[in-house]
Amino acid sequence: MTKAEIVENISSKTGLTKKEVAEAVDKFLDCIAKGLAEGKHYEIRGFGTFKVKARKSRMARNPRTGDAVPVPDRKVPVFKVSRELKELVAQS
Amino acid sequence: MTKADLVEEISKETGLSKKDTSIVVNLIIENLIKALAEGDKVELRGFGSFKVKSRKSRKARNPRTGTAVEVPAKLVPYFKASNELKALVNT
Repeated sequence: MTKAEIVENISSKTGLTKKEVAEAVDKFLDCIAKGLAEGKHYEIRGFGTFKVKARKSRMARNPRTGDAVPVPDRKVPVFKVSRELKELVAQS
Repeated sequence: MTKADLVEEISKETGLSKKDTSIVVNLIIENLIKALAEGDKVELRGFGSFKVKSRKSRKARNPRTGTAVEVPAKLVPYFKASNELKALVNT
């Protein structure tokens, strides 16, 4: 499924134009992305939570040469799936 | 932040009423859930993708009693963040 298909579906269900829906969908993703960058987290009941996790620096290896390379501290976006969604998918 | 906060933010930026925005947000989530429940994947360019992975069955132990239990094979939903989103967050 792509964003275009989601927009199409929402537009047909609401009667809003595809342009309006596309803008709202883009803003939805933008808001979450920007919020995460600011360290906010978003909890969407029944779906899951978007948040940022800190990963510690570690030593890794270049798989081609075998050289040790340091991986610095970093922040990564994660999505924690809600229990409801897990159950729904597991049953399918 | 909750869905209500998100609706508020989106409504402010798009000029759509909060009511319409709320309907759209709920439908976005409904579409995502439906796709995943059907085993479909959703790719949102620049943001990330939602997919379903299959996990093999495995033997685990009940930590309290120590008895071996079989964990059945199952499907699990997961989100893979895009490189753009990863870069944005890690600044």
